[in-house]
Amino acid sequence: MSTHRREGFVLAAAVGIVGVTFGVLADAAGLSLAQVVVMSALVFTGASQFAAVSVVDTGGSGVAAVGSALLLAARNALYGPVVARVLPEAWIPRAGSAQFVIDETTAMASVQETDDDARDAFWWTAIWLWSLWNVGSIGGALLGSVIGAPETWGLDAAFPAAFVALLAPHVRKRPGQIAAVVGAALAVAFTPIAPAGVPLLVAVLAVIPGWLVGRREAAA
Amino acid sequence: MSWPALIVLVVGAYGLKAFGVLVLGRPDSTLGARLEPLTSLIPAALFAGLIAVQTVGGDETLVLDARVWGVAAGSVAVWRKAPFVVVVLIAMAVTAFVRWQT
Repeated sequence: MSTHRREGFVLAAAVGIVGVTFGVLADAAGLSLAQVVVMSALVFTGASQFAAVSVVDTGGSGVAAVGSALLLAARNALYGPVVARVLPEAWIPRAGSAQFVIDETTAMASVQETDDDARDAFWWTAIWLWSLWNVGSIGGALLGSVIGAPETWGLDAAFPAAFVALLAPHVRKRPGQIAAVVGAALAVAFTPIAPAGVPLLVAVLAVIPGWLVGRREAAA
Repeated sequence: MSWPALIVLVVGAYGLKAFGVLVLGRPDSTLGARLEPLTSLIPAALFAGLIAVQTVGGDETLVLDARVWGVAAGSVAVWRKAPFVVVVLIAMAVTAFVRWQT
């Protein structure tokens, strides 16, 4: 099995574990099993699902839950141009493939050297991820009362640690390093003062200093 | 969570993805190519922000807890070029251990 296919599967397995966490939390927040299934299969963007469920769990309204979830999901629109090149060109398959444009598939596709590898990495990651995310979610919702608090198992650290590994290839060069440092700083700065989801959207602005540094280096 | 709210979320989440691919990422559009120097940096900015929020973020507040140790241990593992699953397992184990100890 080629490296990116193996990595896609391993990533999906880790995300499946995160999916168990999601199922447990969704169950604790009072979502029915049917709602968990619909959310994981059709919303299919983990951070948004966590945001929605945590707002519901803390007594927030449906509008607040959907609002914060969609703020987080807005970044998926920004991934479109990153992966557009390797998606099918015919209209209907292209529209269908959009469902799978999320953090992990974009990350796996964007670190490949060639378009063929990027396309392969995108689809293998998408298929494994969608399958294991849904299996994990359903398992978590069913086992929620049995395994207790997901924090006991350190599951809340699995997600950020996985993203450290995904970030690594993007910070090999100076523009990426600047974008990452500024992005993290902006996200931290806005976390205490903005609703969930907004800090991440602000973090996207870090591409500007990264781009300026890259342009200056290219000119020098 | 009500079903109407969930349906709005389903439609909205897909709508954003489709807008990115079908409009922002149109093959005949030069917008994608022109924006490439910026969009290629989006993963670095967003993933770093995501890591920060997931590591020290609470409910509209900053929280320093066992996650920080776990993610730090996971980051060392990434730096030492450990396989992906090892990175995740180390982070979980360290977080669970620190939490159990405190």
